[in-house]
Amino acid sequence: MTGLTLLIPLALGCGLMGLAAFFWAMRSGQFDDMQGAAMRMLDDGEEG
Amino acid sequence: MATRALLPEPEPRVDTRESLLAVPGIHCAGCMAKIENGLPRVTGIESARVNMDAKRVAIRHDPALSPPELKAALARLGFEAEPLADPGVDVAAAENRSLLRALAVAGFAAMNIMLLSVSVWSGAEGATRQMFHWLSALIALPTVAYAGLPFFRSAWAALRQRRTNMDVPISIGVLLTTGMSLYETATGGAHAWFDGAVMLLFFLLAGRCLDGLMRSRARAGVAALLKQTAPGALVLDGTGQSRWTKADALRPGMRMLVAAGERLAADGRVLSGDSGLDISFLTGESAPVRVRTGDAVQAGALNVAAPLTVEVTAAGADTVIADIARLMEEAGQGKSRYVRLADRAARWYAPCVHLLAALSFAGWMIAGAGLHQSLLIAVAVLLITCPCALGLAVPAAQVVACGALMRQGVLVKDGSALERLAETTEAVFDKTGTLTLGRPVPRHLDRLDAEDRSILLALAQASRHPLSTALRQALEAQGVRPAALGAIREVPGEGLFAEHSGVPVSLARPRSLITLFELASEYRHGADVHLLPFTDAIRPDAAETLAALRSAGLKTLIASGDRPEALEEIARATGTTAIGRLRPADKLALIDRLKAQGQKVLMVGDGLNDGPALAAGHASMAPASASDASQLTADIVFLGDRLAPVAIALRAARRTVRVVKQNFALAIGYNALAVPLAIAGKVTPLVAAVAMSLSSLVVIANALRLKGAAK
Repeated sequence: MTGLTLLIPLALGCGLMGLAAFFWAMRSGQFDDMQGAAMRMLDDGEEG
Repeated sequence: MATRALLPEPEPRVDTRESLLAVPGIHCAGCMAKIENGLPRVTGIESARVNMDAKRVAIRHDPALSPPELKAALARLGFEAEPLADPGVDVAAAENRSLLRALAVAGFAAMNIMLLSVSVWSGAEGATRQMFHWLSALIALPTVAYAGLPFFRSAWAALRQRRTNMDVPISIGVLLTTGMSLYETATGGAHAWFDGAVMLLFFLLAGRCLDGLMRSRARAGVAALLKQTAPGALVLDGTGQSRWTKADALRPGMRMLVAAGERLAADGRVLSGDSGLDISFLTGESAPVRVRTGDAVQAGALNVAAPLTVEVTAAGADTVIADIARLMEEAGQGKSRYVRLADRAARWYAPCVHLLAALSFAGWMIAGAGLHQSLLIAVAVLLITCPCALGLAVPAAQVVACGALMRQGVLVKDGSALERLAETTEAVFDKTGTLTLGRPVPRHLDRLDAEDRSILLALAQASRHPLSTALRQALEAQGVRPAALGAIREVPGEGLFAEHSGVPVSLARPRSLITLFELASEYRHGADVHLLPFTDAIRPDAAETLAALRSAGLKTLIASGDRPEALEEIARATGTTAIGRLRPADKLALIDRLKAQGQKVLMVGDGLNDGPALAAGHASMAPASASDASQLTADIVFLGDRLAPVAIALRAARRTVRVVKQNFALAIGYNALAVPLAIAGKVTPLVAAVAMSLSSLVVIANALRLKGAAK
């Protein structure tokens, strides 16, 4: 039982963290241009 | 503003504006880097950011820069661009995002509750089970309140109008199950159904999200192709200065300068200039119409030859274009009354399910089972019959079919379009731009020898005139290599002149012949003169496609705004009756007449003159070369020079509807097996969870068979 009081909040906390990360990513527009993001990393950025 | 100094004072950088331009030509990382690094070097442009998905560039710039200047800056980098009007708030995208958020919450909750439920099913008892139930309730209650909202809202809207849809049984099922589980938890009962309720929401939201994503993907594809027709014009003021004015600020009496290659932003009368106007969007005729001083011109017309000065006579909502838009709006209202397959199924499914639950409640009460026991069984019946598979049956099939069609270059804008397309009984085609390519294609090129062809290609490459472009495309397709020319010069309104090994060559306006109904240009090589006639070529597979439609049981008809003589050839080639000289309102009347005869009409058209007919048709398709309004109105847009996508889409739509009906049968068959168990009181939360997942998987697997539907 003592293990459960530690492990269940831990499991829920991990899940909530993932959920929060997903919400944050969506709010900051990271899913708006999926193709662009994939290609942007190939840009050498000659002038930043 | 008229007294503004010629040299504008340098303005503070804070005062910038953002403009959106559609750039369909972006396709790789190189293009993106070129635009994002190249544009800020232009004075007045602060930054540029490319969106690959939408094929758009957002430019932050000095307000003094006008849209044509931005367009020119992109053209210097080698990209064709069209300014987009203020995008406004994208309602559909916001809805998709909120659905996705609900799906994420439901997914998180379903996984965690399942984790707790599995331990209960494996034998947790007493205080541990009680704690797990409470924890599940703690997760499930906020989730149902948040993730269930889209369903509750839609169900409430339907009930208020005294109708029922798929969301009504879903909402009642979810709410009753949650309420009952909460009661069980509070009274220390053995079974809680939180996992079932949340999993149901998760599966249904997955279906809705797929549906929404598919639609917004198709819509983004269409938006990328759209060319905003003249967002404004250069207006001359009293002092002879010209100033960029937005289309909505144009007033009758203003004088606008229209350069060759620009579209008119308002209706007007020509004050000076002599040019050709492409008004194919209005009449469907592909040859430009000659306009001179005093002639009336319409907004949206493309000036193809020389600059014009036009006095505005009507702007904004008074233009001919706006009239057609109003006609389209009225014609499209019939379509919004269409009831989708899933909702039609729900009309009889929902009452059945509720009756069944009520009957099993009453039956157990009469058998003396007690209120609590009877209610539990009624909830189990509701949960088992909740249209989980039914909710996935339609979107899963449609998403797979639309994905397959999209790979073939057919963009389906919404799922109900496939249902409507499958029901059509008669196909009406426009001619120009639909059965034909809608652009000039040179004839008799084979009469020239190889040397002349390579000279011709070199000449055509030097100009952006529509006829030169057509020549270039045709010659490049034949694999001709351009010859080396010297001293190339383009004389506006005349043609191209150059030298080839000392002999003067030219591609110019015909000197001798007055071509009335045909476009032509003249190729001269020394003393040799060749006339190159152009025609609007019929799409390569038009005849086969119409034959395929007929063998699929559809009647076919051609309805055009063109002269009847111009229709003869195409009517003979396709073996189809053709009606000519139809104005937009006539086409609309034709569709209405066919409707009155009980036909369900598939309208295929491209011009603005087809707009009202596209809106009125039971289903409608437009090629990607169509006018903006037509692409926005049509249910389905297809890319490329071939007409085959019309037949492909029809076949895929019919197969999709077949699979959807199979899915309904599967879902109902599963219910026929599980409901007796539920009524007998033998369904535990474990059985419900397994049954629900299994039926969803079966339905999705069946839908995946549509992957090759667009062949």
